[in-house]
Amino acid sequence: MSNPYAKLPAWAEYGLIPLVNLVVAFLVAGLVVLLVGENPLNAAYHMINGAFGRGEYIGFTLYYATTFIFTGLSVAVAFHAGLFNIGSEGQAYIGGIGVALACLWLDKTMPWFIVLPVAIIGSAGFGALWAFLPGWLQAKRGSHIVITTIMFNFIASSIMVYLLTKVMKPLGSMATQTRTFEAGGQLPKLDWLLSIFGLNVGNAPFNVSFLLALVAAFGVWVLIWRTRFGYEMRTMGHSPSAARYAGISETRITIIVMMISGGLAGMMALNPIMGEQFRMQLDFVQGAGFVGIAVALMGRSHPAGIIPAAILFGMLYQGGAEIAFEMPSISRDMIVIIQGLVILFAGALENMFRPAIGRAFAAIGSRATAAAQTRGA
Amino acid sequence: MDLFHTIIALLESTIRVSVPLIFAALAGLFTERAGVFDIGLEGKMLGAAFAAGAVAAVSGSVMAGLLAAIVISVLLGLVHGYASITQRGSQIVSGVAINFVVAGSTVILGEAWFRQGGRTPALAGDARFQTVTFPFADAVKDVPVLGPVYSSLLSGHFVLTYFAFAMVPISWWILYRTRFGLRLRAVGENPGAVDTAGISVIWLRYRAVICAGILCGFAGAYLSLAMNAGFVKGMTAGKGYIALAALIFAKWRPVNIMLACLLFGFLDALAIRLQGNPLPLIGQVPVQLMQALPYILTVVLLAGFIGKAIPPKAGGIPYVKER
Repeated sequence: MSNPYAKLPAWAEYGLIPLVNLVVAFLVAGLVVLLVGENPLNAAYHMINGAFGRGEYIGFTLYYATTFIFTGLSVAVAFHAGLFNIGSEGQAYIGGIGVALACLWLDKTMPWFIVLPVAIIGSAGFGALWAFLPGWLQAKRGSHIVITTIMFNFIASSIMVYLLTKVMKPLGSMATQTRTFEAGGQLPKLDWLLSIFGLNVGNAPFNVSFLLALVAAFGVWVLIWRTRFGYEMRTMGHSPSAARYAGISETRITIIVMMISGGLAGMMALNPIMGEQFRMQLDFVQGAGFVGIAVALMGRSHPAGIIPAAILFGMLYQGGAEIAFEMPSISRDMIVIIQGLVILFAGALENMFRPAIGRAFAAIGSRATAAAQTRGA
Repeated sequence: MDLFHTIIALLESTIRVSVPLIFAALAGLFTERAGVFDIGLEGKMLGAAFAAGAVAAVSGSVMAGLLAAIVISVLLGLVHGYASITQRGSQIVSGVAINFVVAGSTVILGEAWFRQGGRTPALAGDARFQTVTFPFADAVKDVPVLGPVYSSLLSGHFVLTYFAFAMVPISWWILYRTRFGLRLRAVGENPGAVDTAGISVIWLRYRAVICAGILCGFAGAYLSLAMNAGFVKGMTAGKGYIALAALIFAKWRPVNIMLACLLFGFLDALAIRLQGNPLPLIGQVPVQLMQALPYILTVVLLAGFIGKAIPPKAGGIPYVKER
């Protein structure tokens, strides 16, 4: 499809437009807060204070952000190849099996830095496997990736309920979770990182997987903009027919991209399982895969945008808990609304303000040239 | 005889759980046949269920509840339309967004207005749909075979249930026997041709989205005013996605949709009944397998292993008039 809008400077394209969309999303969310009879400014104060007011709060914010970096990258990688992976949620859930198996196997005998690589391979492997099928079905059988990944989310959830009630639960236990891991299955906290800034991490489960998320973000940047494969997948994302004429195999790209996307989603499981709860629980993903959609859209599918977007959502999750504590009528479901609004305004309605902003830039531009001409005369 | 009664009870609950699926899948039929993908069925249904529960609880009138459900669902549909038809945004992204906004706001608003943990107050009397008993249903109950079929299976449902099944031939008639239906299907296959004929693609798609909104309104109202006595948070529990699966499974055809919804409803009813009871010959079937079966079947169908599901050609593509 041709681009019907005028070209904007990069800072407007990647900074101003997402910001405007975000501001509108928050304004609408503020209306909901008004509707339940609370003061939106107070809510915003509690949110920011709850997310950044103390070292422990910052630790929690970054803990959530870690999760969202992984799922955001997962969705973004698929976006670049023109694929919409709604299945990050299910891929992360299945990825948990890999983490749990690695920990259950090695946690008593090995230190964490041996278990972690095995868990990374396990989580990425299981996640990639769960994304392989939708990718293969899209590439070979022509079934729509959006529908299959939605279906796979539900199938994943059924499988996990089955595994956690029948197979992976310790005998005689009622709770639907694996046993608690020993020291080898517990990732160390990044308290030293925060103490550099004079902050105390407290009880926050801010752990090593945050660094892994940053490495993954860098890896994704390299993959997409610095490799031949990345070039091929972007070509396919922009124009499948151009990719076909250039001799790029759509089948290969679709399947590999989906597996990378699923692998990134699966690695998200490291953070809650090895970093916080030290066991696999029912429903540990808690919608993080869907938050990934919002994060990828807001970050414009670029790692440099995804990291701040993930921190923003980490702030919403952590600060949202604080709002729920201070204002009982605003529960954490407020975050789900904000998430939906961000997806709406940064995703589906991303072009709503573009014509107006484009006109404003054109007007400023022509006035500037006119001024330059008069000065020159 | 015992087996017979079990089967009747099973079929009865099949009908009960199929109704929202039929409404929602028919809603999806209208939009997707017009070339607008609709992931937001779930959200529209949930929003409608909440509006119905809330308004019926406050006003005490079931009709006011139904009307509110339809209004909210149509408004959500129009948001989807504005984003995906007028602004030409991604239809899937817009649908996902609507699902989240509704999932969050029904809980927040419900808690703020009624303070019952995300529920609306329990409905009774005129605030809720009542079941309809056919004439002589009680009198013929003891007639062997036909008696229970007439009195339990056919009689004793809500008006909305009969309406849902009536909507199947009505939708077929609208889509295949009216000018509007012909144009609607054309706009999903080749919008350029429709535009050339001087018919507004935009307005046609908006009308399709409004039709879907009305049907999702019925689906939601059925959930909170008929099947249950009030709204419970997250009460659609993935039914919108099952309806989407049924729509695809039915290859975008009205009568097939009814059959697919009945099949998925039957699996649901069976899963509930089989909980803890072993099947003859097969033994214990995990409940989770039964619950996942509709999704697995849809994936297998989409993969082209049982026939081929070919979606409307222009589905998912925003229409850009030539400049």
